[in-house]
Amino acid sequence: MVSKQLGTNETLTSFPDQSGHFGPYGGRFVSETLMAALDELTLAYDSLKTDPEFLAELGSDLEHYVGRASPLYLAQRLTQHAGGAKIWLKREDLNHTGAHKINNCIGQALLARHMGKPRIIAETGAGQHGVASATVAARFGLKCTVYMGSEDIQRQSLNVYRMKLLGAEVVPVTSGSRTLKDALNEAMRDWVTNVDDTHYIIGTVAGPHPYPMIVRDLQSVIGREARAQFARQHGGLPDAVMACVGGGSNAMGIFYPFLEDETVRLIGVEAAGDGIMTGRHAAPLTDGIVGVLHGNRTYLMQDQAGLISETHSVSAGLDYPGVGPEHAWLKDIERAEYVAVTDKEALGAFRQLNLLEGILPALESSHALAHAVEFAATLRKDQNIIVNLSGRGDKDIPTMAKIDGISIG
Amino acid sequence: MGRLTSTINAVEARGQKSLVAYIVAGDPHPDQTVDLMHALVVEGVDIIELGVPFTDPEAEGPVIQLAHERALVHQVTLLKVLEMVAAFRLEDAETPVVLMGYLNPIEAMGYEAFAEQASLSGVDGLITVNLPPEEAGPLAMALQEKEIDPIYLLAPTTTDARAVAVCQASRGFVYYVSLKGTTGSGSLDIKAVCERVAHLKAKTPLPLFVGFGIKDGATAAPIAEVADGVVVGSAIVTLMGEFEASPQALKLAVIELVRDIRTALNASNP
Repeated sequence: MVSKQLGTNETLTSFPDQSGHFGPYGGRFVSETLMAALDELTLAYDSLKTDPEFLAELGSDLEHYVGRASPLYLAQRLTQHAGGAKIWLKREDLNHTGAHKINNCIGQALLARHMGKPRIIAETGAGQHGVASATVAARFGLKCTVYMGSEDIQRQSLNVYRMKLLGAEVVPVTSGSRTLKDALNEAMRDWVTNVDDTHYIIGTVAGPHPYPMIVRDLQSVIGREARAQFARQHGGLPDAVMACVGGGSNAMGIFYPFLEDETVRLIGVEAAGDGIMTGRHAAPLTDGIVGVLHGNRTYLMQDQAGLISETHSVSAGLDYPGVGPEHAWLKDIERAEYVAVTDKEALGAFRQLNLLEGILPALESSHALAHAVEFAATLRKDQNIIVNLSGRGDKDIPTMAKIDGISIG
Repeated sequence: MGRLTSTINAVEARGQKSLVAYIVAGDPHPDQTVDLMHALVVEGVDIIELGVPFTDPEAEGPVIQLAHERALVHQVTLLKVLEMVAAFRLEDAETPVVLMGYLNPIEAMGYEAFAEQASLSGVDGLITVNLPPEEAGPLAMALQEKEIDPIYLLAPTTTDARAVAVCQASRGFVYYVSLKGTTGSGSLDIKAVCERVAHLKAKTPLPLFVGFGIKDGATAAPIAEVADGVVVGSAIVTLMGEFEASPQALKLAVIELVRDIRTALNASNP
């Protein structure tokens, strides 16, 4: 039992501790200039998270602006195809801006406003978090700068233009591997320079404390809804909950409210890229080493000298060498399991959901779907799996068309 | 007493201020690093701060980021950096060498193994940019065992209460980052920096050095009026990029810059 590994005053949901640790993971590994800002953010969040006015405002925006609650949908034809447990989809793809990212951004924009910071910055890989940040900036009248690797800007031109339509400044990052991790570095540099008037909205459950906690709390609306919806629509608890893991925000969001339901298996699906054996992947929990990057201790893709490796995944949103520290801890205490799915398998699941259910999933979410179908087949037909369909795949149509050799210019 | 403290004391006894020069190990080429270190010492640099190349140097501005990238092209790992220090020590047993880098390569080597190897190579101090004292316990212990000084940073945003704790954790000297921003960015408000330095100096018996934004003799001299030493980084590293293809011209340019700063420091503290 997992609970035996916890201390006397600890529960699975009592983490992080005061100093931001999940067991040996997490913490606050940043340059001195940012320590005061992180303290300020921790204090602001502590006072707001139980503040009725803040919660009412957040709840109202989630309902009327984001469109929550998102449906829990029983995918009957996909279930039939898999030939085992029932597969339910938590439809985060139906949120405003097309993914779960907005849940976090709404909350953090309210935080920024409360702290009196008129400017927000964000990093983005596929552009979903960038779009969500630009969206809330417009909604709340904040200035917004989004950092994006120049490689990703090439791959995701649609989202780049969308952010500009929303009034955000998109800054190409040309250092390092020119992808998500470098965008994060650059956003940290901006924050160090402009810390007085700027709030940094980190898009995932990583980074220095208190970010992994704040983002998890704001995303756990996904799991709270799913748990209640499942009880209402089916009864009881599901047998497994599944989500893709890049940094891990959609997975943490759906896992968290189920953490203490020890009969519910929690399964995170990483990006195996060309295959774990090839080394060309983005699966630090499956094949990584513990280290420190971007403010926290966690599993990382790195070489023997401690240099961060370049990652590969067909999905830009999973193309990241680290993972949220709470996932690292849940893996170690065996409360959650982590597997990896290749580009090829994810692309198969992407096509399958279109054909069987009329739903266009994001390539990120397709990783979870691919594993769900395989896993469902190993369970009985009266068992149930909830898959977090974290985003929609409109942004991935150009990538798919290119793979299919079709010009849609 | 370590080499760092005895050197700083000796500089002070001469009525001078310490000059710290930062270069990234292996930049622009690993073959040039040890030679450049000796050249810096000849021109009056008291302490050498050697950057350890990292793939994700998140606190550095563009100039030093490029230096890290140039060094990594030549696979300059932490182990190679320690070999360079050992090579430097063959001819210079006096000048303190402080490593400056990010935590992950040290974690990968293991704290104790690192402290052991760094000590054998002749390293005197360590600045880990992304390691505040709160997280530094185990590494600080390993360093203490080998008499390597952990040096922590103070920033313009550091509160007084934190400043006291940071100074208490530091050995050798405390490093005041004089501006909000990355290395090499912006220009200094010298008066504001001096006021802040005077304020901080009252909180610690340790020497207080100032870095970030010191480009030449003109910026170094007024800062050194109040600080115990100055760190020059991006200004030197800029030359590494400019003269990447010509080792001889690079050395001359570095010598000229350091000479200007040393002269200005000595003139203002006769």
